[in-house]
Amino acid sequence: MNEAVKVMKYGFFDLLRSRWIFVYTVFFLLITGGLLTFGGDPNQAVLSALNLVLLVIPLVSLMLGLSYYYYTRDFVELILTQPVSRPAVFLGHYAGIALPLALSFLIGTGLPFAVYRAGNETDAPVVFSLLLAGLLVNLVFSALAFWIGLANEERVRALVIALGVWLGLTMVYDGLLMGFIVLMQSYPIERSLIALSLLNPIDLSRIVVLLQLDIAALLGYTGAVFQRFIGTAWGVAMSLSSLVVWIVLPLLLALRTFRRKDF
Amino acid sequence: MVEVASVEKRFGKLDILRGVDAGFEGGKITAVVGPNASGKTTLMKCILGLVLPDAGEVRVGGESVRRNPKTRAQIGYMPQKAQFPENLRPKELFDWIQDLRGEKSSLTRSLIDYFELEPFLGKPLRVLSGGTRQKVSAVLAFLFDPPVLMLDEPTAGLDPLASSRLKDRMFEERARGKTIILTSHVMSELEEFTDEVKFLLEGKIVFQGSLDEVRQRTGEERLERAIARMMEGGSL
Repeated sequence: MNEAVKVMKYGFFDLLRSRWIFVYTVFFLLITGGLLTFGGDPNQAVLSALNLVLLVIPLVSLMLGLSYYYYTRDFVELILTQPVSRPAVFLGHYAGIALPLALSFLIGTGLPFAVYRAGNETDAPVVFSLLLAGLLVNLVFSALAFWIGLANEERVRALVIALGVWLGLTMVYDGLLMGFIVLMQSYPIERSLIALSLLNPIDLSRIVVLLQLDIAALLGYTGAVFQRFIGTAWGVAMSLSSLVVWIVLPLLLALRTFRRKDF
Repeated sequence: MVEVASVEKRFGKLDILRGVDAGFEGGKITAVVGPNASGKTTLMKCILGLVLPDAGEVRVGGESVRRNPKTRAQIGYMPQKAQFPENLRPKELFDWIQDLRGEKSSLTRSLIDYFELEPFLGKPLRVLSGGTRQKVSAVLAFLFDPPVLMLDEPTAGLDPLASSRLKDRMFEERARGKTIILTSHVMSELEEFTDEVKFLLEGKIVFQGSLDEVRQRTGEERLERAIARMMEGGSL
């Protein structure tokens, strides 16, 4: 564990020096700051930020995660010539990309809310749930990026797969879900809908935030179903634990590949 | 010190190593030679545990290398082409590796001076020239005074000064009983300092012995000729 932290430390500082992470932070600062300044209502700002977060974070985590994976691939060789175990190197590398990305989102989004809060009323749990959802989505998609990278030596192929995953989970999945709802509208499909939402990390994080807003019913079918059938507390608990599974599972698969890999 | 026993490795359809048996002893410089793609680098990487053999076993200091990162504490490795985290500076890299191993090296200062890296310590690795990066890599290999040194094409890209310093260092280490394993394509250079040659051809060691034995076997005086002769398969 100690070794993993040390591996992470270098990745962390190396990445903090790259301008991408800086651009990423400023992006969130500008967007969130803008939404709060010109939007007025903080809950409205949370919603707008949420929609953006659910589109941008998966894409950036996948792309930066992949390019960082390829960028460090050769260097991993040097680390592995040192007396450090492979799982430690793997975990350290993952944390080395996932944590700076998470941090830049948390600062970029959290800071404007904190400043705004100094002079205005805000709904702390709502903002908190937005930050939590963003953080988890970030961890999920960085994990997916590592897995995709490890499974594909070819960079272009990996990029195409990553884009496919992003399009699939952000857009296609919702479209299919809609189709399913329309087709099956005369049947009691609520429970299967819940199950289907659990399969998509983006839906899951959306639910985490929407359930805090007490307007879940107004914002999409799955939100309503969740609130009605499971209740807010259980709904949040269930979404959060499914998100954790979404982080752990790709990581375990990637680790398995990493342990058997030749460098 | 290093024992390789019936090691096999396939990459897809390519048989890179087909049952390699070899021992590397302390106090000797052993060169692994062979044509391109004969498996030299793969063999080195098997010893390091970077490549996992399909069959056979590698032991360093009596301990199996497989899933045993501790054996790497005994090996200093200088790869053919070193890859570094590009935004890091040599100074930070040296500190970080020491931090990673939880071990302070008393040699850092002297090695930096020896390879004349002082002016580059504060520059990001990405702006350093190929030769300078090789020197950084050399410092890393010697840093923890390991009993085994593995140098993959060590002098390629080094200027004459750095290259001769590296060789001097190797002689010193040999005198101190270190096991030194290297590959090189520069035969005249190998002639200068190799005690033993292991000739790798199509994934097998087809000949091992001292330089004199190579000469006797092939009837050629120059190592380059002798090796070329062996590659042609004439004397095997």
